[in-house]
Amino acid sequence: MPRLARAIRLVRKSPLTCAGALIVGLVIVAALGAPLLATTDPIDQDLTAALKPPAWHADGSAQHPLGTDHLGRDVYSRLVYGARISLAISVLAALLGAAVGVAAGLIAGYAGGRSDLVLMRIVDLNLAFPLILLALAVVALLGASLRNLVFVMAITTWMIYARVVRGMTLALRDQELIQAIRALGARDARIIVRHILPNLLPAVMVIWTLEVARVILMESALSFLGLGVPPPTPTWGRMLAEGRDYLTAAGWISVFPGLAIMVTVLGINFLGDGLRDLLDPRLRRQT
Amino acid sequence: MRAYIAARLATAVLVVLGVSLVSFLLTFLTGDPAEIMLPPGATAEHIAQFRAAWGYDDPLFVQYWRFLRRAVHGDFGVSLRHGQSSLPLIAARLPATLQLTVTAMLLAIALAVPLGVLAAARRGSAVDLAAMGVALLGQSVPNFWLAIMMILLFAVSWGILPTAGRGGWTHVVMPAAAIAINLMALLTRLVRTTMIEVLAEDYVRTGRGKGLREIAVVARHALPNALIPLVTVVGLQFGYILGGAVVIETVFTWPGVGLFTIQAILNRDYPVVQASVFILATAVVVINLIVDLLYVWLDPRIRVS
Repeated sequence: MPRLARAIRLVRKSPLTCAGALIVGLVIVAALGAPLLATTDPIDQDLTAALKPPAWHADGSAQHPLGTDHLGRDVYSRLVYGARISLAISVLAALLGAAVGVAAGLIAGYAGGRSDLVLMRIVDLNLAFPLILLALAVVALLGASLRNLVFVMAITTWMIYARVVRGMTLALRDQELIQAIRALGARDARIIVRHILPNLLPAVMVIWTLEVARVILMESALSFLGLGVPPPTPTWGRMLAEGRDYLTAAGWISVFPGLAIMVTVLGINFLGDGLRDLLDPRLRRQT
Repeated sequence: MRAYIAARLATAVLVVLGVSLVSFLLTFLTGDPAEIMLPPGATAEHIAQFRAAWGYDDPLFVQYWRFLRRAVHGDFGVSLRHGQSSLPLIAARLPATLQLTVTAMLLAIALAVPLGVLAAARRGSAVDLAAMGVALLGQSVPNFWLAIMMILLFAVSWGILPTAGRGGWTHVVMPAAAIAINLMALLTRLVRTTMIEVLAEDYVRTGRGKGLREIAVVARHALPNALIPLVTVVGLQFGYILGGAVVIETVFTWPGVGLFTIQAILNRDYPVVQASVFILATAVVVINLIVDLLYVWLDPRIRVS
């Protein structure tokens, strides 16, 4: 069984990366399979079953494995559906941020001169704002829809790609190989797409993974403050916020969404660290 | 050297100008500021009057110029909710936020440096593993959740710390710890990595070679060099710390700029939002400038070149 042997070797070599992959896999399954995995409708209220404790409590029941909240909604089902929002926003925002950031970094690094100066000043400017404050202000102004949240989160992440990509492009541009290709008459667009971009992809992928984790944290903070995807859609951040008023009577309402966020982010970070070591150990200093 | 400082100052001024432009434009994101600021159901005549009175009919750059001129004089307009000039309202809350963020930074450094140094000096040991475990968890935990869990444990269950507000030092402990956790995690990893590198340097080997005790080698020769990157990173993280304060202040109803700004955002109190976004971002620019200059002064290699 060479495949099994290889898998075992991989786990031995880097157990954290594998744990990360496993966690991320589970969260993706939860998000995609939410309708199948949830035991009840996540927004169904049942006031007669409000504030029921988790199944392992004396008063708990298997019907609500992680208990219910103040409106009798099933915490487990809401967690499973909440994974959808967290993943959708963070994956899309990180993609959008990566696209904009990589483009900006390529232009700044390859063209240099005035476009480099202008783009990097915009990066500095964007980095000067406490990002969560900027996100809060913009979301409050534009309204908290899924689309706006993706857009706002992308604003908080593109600069990192831009900086790293610019630096790498600068270094690549002046390599003899690239200069030789240019001497052969290749156009700039071709050089960028065929010869520079492929060299950047490992780094971009590593940053992307770590940024997904950061965006999940920020989205849940926004949601916690009441500026996430509006109710009744379940989000981890708002579940946590709603549980605050019942901390002493029903701590589980806040405990589980927090654990879900932490474990997901931890898993993604494990995976990102593993990817970095695998693809490009030099990145350690930059990310 | 002088040219570098001049260039760095010019960049900072440019970024502050950009910050002012963004703060100014924030109000226009939703469209017509007059419609936002007036109560719903205002007549068209009312809106026209308001627009004329506040100069919203002028071209955008004229309005920006006016905003800038007034901002230089510290005038960001009157808070729609409090009926007072917004700058003094924010200034009055700055000390509370400073107390919180500075405590959090010191706490993070005080925990991260010994932890990172120990982990590097005893690489691969149980201490190292534990330190890295703490760092990984600390990087992944949502700070507002940690805050709530701390309230549940220290305030509700044990009753040894107050849940909210500002008062004696006991009030600072939980919010500062909640803000510090992510920074602490980051710094621990950073100190460990740089220490490992520095401990492999020639001068460290020389120190050991001439018979210095290990503690003297680590503390006197390696540590000062490993701390230089720490200064930069702490400075760069200042924006994140302020952001953390915004969230954590609301959890603990800490009477600082963060809580005040969140309330202003939720109440659509635009002059306050503009002023506080501008002030906080400018603070980040100034801190980064200071750190950059400090870095030049700290690292003789840069100072000379």
